[in-house]
Amino acid sequence: MARIIVVTSGKGGVGKTTTSAAIAMGLAKKGHKTAVIDFDVGLRNLDLVLGCERRVVYDFVNVINNEANLNQALIKDKRCNQLYILPASQTRDKDALTKEGVGKVLEELSKTFKYIVCDSPAGIERGANLAMYFADDAFVVTNPEVSSVRDSDRMLGILSSKSKRAELGEDPIKEYLLLSRYDPKRVKLGAMLSVEDVQDILSLHLLGVIPESQSVLSASNAGEPIILDETSDAGQAYADIVDRYLGEDKPHRFIDEEKKGLFGRLFRS
Amino acid sequence: MSTDSQPISASSPAFEFKSGVITIPVLNLFSTDINVITHQLREKIKQAPEFFTNSSLLLDLSPLQDQELNLALLVDAIRNSGMRPIGVRGGTTSQHQDAKDLMLPIMTSQNSISSKQAAPVKVEIPTQESSEPVASTTIASTVINQPIRSGQRIYVKGDLIIIAQVSAGAEVMAEGNIHIYGSLRGRALAGVQGDESAQIFCSDLQAELVSVAGNYRISEDLDDSNRKTPVQIYLNDQALIIKNI
Repeated sequence: MARIIVVTSGKGGVGKTTTSAAIAMGLAKKGHKTAVIDFDVGLRNLDLVLGCERRVVYDFVNVINNEANLNQALIKDKRCNQLYILPASQTRDKDALTKEGVGKVLEELSKTFKYIVCDSPAGIERGANLAMYFADDAFVVTNPEVSSVRDSDRMLGILSSKSKRAELGEDPIKEYLLLSRYDPKRVKLGAMLSVEDVQDILSLHLLGVIPESQSVLSASNAGEPIILDETSDAGQAYADIVDRYLGEDKPHRFIDEEKKGLFGRLFRS
Repeated sequence: MSTDSQPISASSPAFEFKSGVITIPVLNLFSTDINVITHQLREKIKQAPEFFTNSSLLLDLSPLQDQELNLALLVDAIRNSGMRPIGVRGGTTSQHQDAKDLMLPIMTSQNSISSKQAAPVKVEIPTQESSEPVASTTIASTVINQPIRSGQRIYVKGDLIIIAQVSAGAEVMAEGNIHIYGSLRGRALAGVQGDESAQIFCSDLQAELVSVAGNYRISEDLDDSNRKTPVQIYLNDQALIIKNI
C-alpha cells in the first residue's frame, strides 16, 4: 500500500507546489516509486515547476471521467525514473473533482506506487478538501507570519475532523510542520515570527525549516525542483526534510543566522 | 376593515410547514414497575416543580430492551404527576401499537444517548447542527485531549475539559464549566444555557473572548495582569470576575 501525503496550507503562495515537487523528487531519488498529483484544477502549476508542461496530454480530470486511463495521463520524469506526475486540468474547475473519482485514482495508484504526494490548492474548499481527504500524512507548509499560521491552524482542524481517517475513526492523519521562506535575520530583528513562536501557536512536529532563498524562484522558473540544486540552502533543507520523513535523525539547520567569517566581516558591503 | 376579521382568500396561504428543532426532556425508562416510576418521578418533580409541571416529555423505551410494559397505565400515571408525554421512541412493535392507540407519535430511536455514557467527542465545523436533544439529570463531562484548531467549534452539555490548547478563531462552549489545561487563544463560553454558577478555568489566558452565562469580555478589555497567566473566571452579581490562580 502506498503512503498518501498531502501538502497543504490553507493560505496561497506559501510554497505548496514548490514543496510538493521537491518532496516527490526527493522520495523518488531515494529509490521509492512516487507519484505527485496536482489537485489545483484550473490553476495548473506543478507541471511547470517540474518542467514537464510540454508533455501534458491527458490530465487528472480525464482520468476521473474515464476519458483516459491512468498510464496515459501519468508523465514519467526525465531526470528520475521513479517519479511520475499526474497534472491537473487547466480548462476545468474544482467541481470536476469527485470524492469517488479521486478515491478510485488513488486506489489504483496505491497498487504500484510507494508514495503519492497530493499538491493541494489554496483555500479550504472542494479541491483542498479532496486533496487531504484520503491522506495518511500531511505536510503543513507555513510561512513565519500570522495570517499563514492562522490559516494552517484552520487547515489542521479540517485535517483532524473532515478526513477519511477521521470519518472512519481510524488513527488520525500524521501532521508535520514545514516552515518555509524563513529568514533568521528578519526573525532577529523581530520582523518575522520565530520557529518557537510558530511551534507555540500550532504545537506541531517540525519536519524542517526552509530558508528564504533566491534559488527557489530561479529553480521554479527553470522547471527544476529545488531539491536537485544541492548547492542551494533551500535544496539542502528539502533533502533534510525527506531524510527526516523517512526516519533519519538529522539536526535542524537554517534556523539561526549564519555566522560570518573574518572575510565576510571584512568585505561586508 | 380590521385585519383579524379579514377573510382569507383562496390564494393566500393559511399556514406554512416549517421544520423546527426544540429540546424536550426524554425519560429513559429502566424499569417497567409503574408504581416505582411514578414514585421516583414525583420525587424529581418536587425538586423543581416549575421546570417539570406541564413540561412535555418523550418516553424512551429502548433501555427496557423489549420488556413488557403497560404503556396506557404509565402514560396515565405520568399525566397525573403533571407532565405531558408527547411521544415514544424505542420499544417493541406491540408497544408501538399501544402508543398509536394512545395517539402518541413514535419517534425514530436513533442516536438515543443514555445519560450514563458520555457522548463521543464531536469536533465540528460551524455549519453543522451540533446539539442532539438529551435530557438527563446528570450529564457526564467531556474530555478532549487534542488541540482545538481555528474554525473548530465544540459544544457540550455538561462540563468541558480540554487538555490541549484552544487556538485563535476556535470556539468552545459548555452548558457547565470549562477547564482548559493549555493556552486559550480562542473563545470560551461557559454556562451557555444560563447557568450563572458556571466557571472557566484556564492555565494560560490569551482569549479572544470569555463568557459566563452571556456575560462576556473581549480580548481588548482583559486586564494585562491576567493575560498569559492561569485564571479562574466566574460571575459575581452579574459581573464577570477574572482572578489569577
